Amino acid sequence: MLKNRPHQHCVATSKSLGPVQPAPITEFIMLKHFNLKAWLLLLPALSLLIAFTHWPTIKSFWRSVTWARSDAAPAKFVGLENYEILLEDPVFWTVLENNFWYALGTVPTSIALAIMMALWVNSKIRFTGLLRLAFFTPTILPMITVANIWLFFYSPNIGLFNQLLAMIGITGPNWLGDPDIALSSLMIMTVWKEAGFFMIFYLAALQTLSPELFDAAKVEGASAWRMFRKITFPLLMPTTLFVLINALLNAFKLVDHLFILTKGGPNNASNLLLYYIYETAFSFLDSYYAATLTVIMLLILAITALVQMLLIDRKIHYR
Amino acid sequence: MNKFSKCLATAGIASILGISTVASADTDLTMYYPVAVGGSLTKIVDGMIEDFESKNPDINVDAIYAGNYNDARVKALAALQSGQPAQLSVMFSIDIHALRNLDAIVAFDDVVSTDAERKWLNSFYPALMENGKADGKTWGVPFQRSTIVMYYNKDMFRAAGLDPEKPPTTWAEFAEMGKKLVKKDSSGNVEQWGAMIPSTGYPYWMFGALTKQNSEVLMNQAGTETYFDKPGVIEALEYWQDLGNKHAIMPSGVIEWGTLRQNFLDGKTAIMWHSTGNLTTVKNKASFDFGVAKLPGNTELGSPTGGGNFYIFKKSSAEEKAAALKLVKFMTSPEQAAHWSKATGYMGVGPGAYETDTLKAYVKEFPPAAVARDQLTHATAELSTHEAGRVRKFLDDAIQAALTGQMSAKEAMTDAQKQATSTLRRYQ
Repeated sequence: MLKNRPHQHCVATSKSLGPVQPAPITEFIMLKHFNLKAWLLLLPALSLLIAFTHWPTIKSFWRSVTWARSDAAPAKFVGLENYEILLEDPVFWTVLENNFWYALGTVPTSIALAIMMALWVNSKIRFTGLLRLAFFTPTILPMITVANIWLFFYSPNIGLFNQLLAMIGITGPNWLGDPDIALSSLMIMTVWKEAGFFMIFYLAALQTLSPELFDAAKVEGASAWRMFRKITFPLLMPTTLFVLINALLNAFKLVDHLFILTKGGPNNASNLLLYYIYETAFSFLDSYYAATLTVIMLLILAITALVQMLLIDRKIHYR
Repeated sequence: MNKFSKCLATAGIASILGISTVASADTDLTMYYPVAVGGSLTKIVDGMIEDFESKNPDINVDAIYAGNYNDARVKALAALQSGQPAQLSVMFSIDIHALRNLDAIVAFDDVVSTDAERKWLNSFYPALMENGKADGKTWGVPFQRSTIVMYYNKDMFRAAGLDPEKPPTTWAEFAEMGKKLVKKDSSGNVEQWGAMIPSTGYPYWMFGALTKQNSEVLMNQAGTETYFDKPGVIEALEYWQDLGNKHAIMPSGVIEWGTLRQNFLDGKTAIMWHSTGNLTTVKNKASFDFGVAKLPGNTELGSPTGGGNFYIFKKSSAEEKAAALKLVKFMTSPEQAAHWSKATGYMGVGPGAYETDTLKAYVKEFPPAAVARDQLTHATAELSTHEAGRVRKFLDDAIQAALTGQMSAKEAMTDAQKQATSTLRRYQ
């Protein structure tokens, strides 16, 4: 946007003034005028962004290199000391590892499910309206509500899952209490919650695909799988990139369910980076270490977004 | 009536009377409070606040429900830091050191002025004051206080051939009776457990009971030292592990705090250890005959106290502090404490409450209502140290690591002690 402005300006002047050479002073005023207007238009969004995104980011960076005994005492510069503590903090490495598995477990599964559901509800079968609604319902519900419901689904003795398993003679696991499966239990719920949301994007994309492509493919005798692989999926790639970025960010950003389901336990088995930041800031009241963790989180998110934009973007056909 | 409509009404009356100055001498108070056990406790608090306002028309109270203990502290402190007014709050009794380190609260000794008020400050059970005192002053006044008690299903006791009036009083009996109470189906799956002790949410609290029962405490009064790796403490954790593994009267692994009450009400366990704050809900919802007893002991009986205290914030005017004190005095007065105790199951905070007609009649009709109070003679303070959140988490993680079999009790506790010691070093 910013890059375009001088160019637009030139077009505007040449159009309005024709071949006449503009006086430098007019040029200057108009340029200034034009800029001022643009800046005024940008101002509302920009001031919000600066107040709530950029300034806190800078403050977090600053806070991560300072330390004080308590919030009442003045903070002093300590260099990278907080980061040294971080490297030696076993819980930090645990939550990082957990977050890695959590992202790996939820993102591809959600996307695959979303595509499947979208293809299904896009086909010409009866009751598609109801089906779409059914798939979308989990998305409408607030995460906290969902977690409260699933807490009882997962409960070892009275829970829905284990009662269903008991009917076929299987003793169900302690879904949230067993360190080996607590994180997986969270993943299952997340996928259930997220897939419907991503389905909506795929559904919208599917409906813009031109039917002629498929008609042509049918004439050539292509199988359904081949059509999906060679036509549908490549054409959906822009949507996939969008969904992928969102899903990955959510894997780091969305921890509401941890408050209800496991509180990161047992013994940090299901703890995630953002929840650990919350614990550090509000339970341990250590805003300096929380800022340090936040910086790491920001770096991870920025790098992920960059890699995705640079690498995957090149392989996508935009129409 | 909420604050806004009151303001409107005041403004309306003022304009009718042609008074040009807006303000009457009203004092506005904002108070945050937590609820840790669920149920309709917010309505009860709101009702008490309304009662207070009708008796003190010059004080307006905005009581804000703020989630569990952790959330309440977060919200109250965030409000304070952003400059929003909050003059008092109910917060975790064990937040005292953190709140003092933040320089957020004042001692009640510095707010009370009359002899009557000083007398009031001494009218509470001493065991409940342990978590509210530091440096010889009182910083927290007990309000929604509890101990852990043992709820048991008398019908199941009868079915297992046990005397429903004789619940277990020792660790050995607890394990023995627990075994008799376990019921399995034909294929060997457990349908009904003997007992459940929750190990999420507040594991350190349950563990405080087990250690006290083994004649150990978890920390010193100043909150600068912990004793997690003492042999008696490790032994207590080993007993907790054994209940799940060796005696098999509890599911092994971690037991969820939030769903435990439902497990008990649905007959999935014959015994549960839980906060007395659940008492009234269990009474209203249990479809079976149940009893409440003191926790069993090993070398002695024991339970930590728990729950929330009133704190008054430093950042408030003298009038506001006086009004806040008035409110705290009202909420903890024998009549209100009795009403609160009956409505929730939390204990009356002073002997006076149990001498009111309300509680006298209630205890007579429903003896379990007095168990928490009777247990106070065996009570100890709840784990409360500097850097409380962090130290608590070291212990919670260690307990969960031991219960899920990731570590032995000894390894887990030695680890936790090492971490706690290094965290607390700055405060010694």
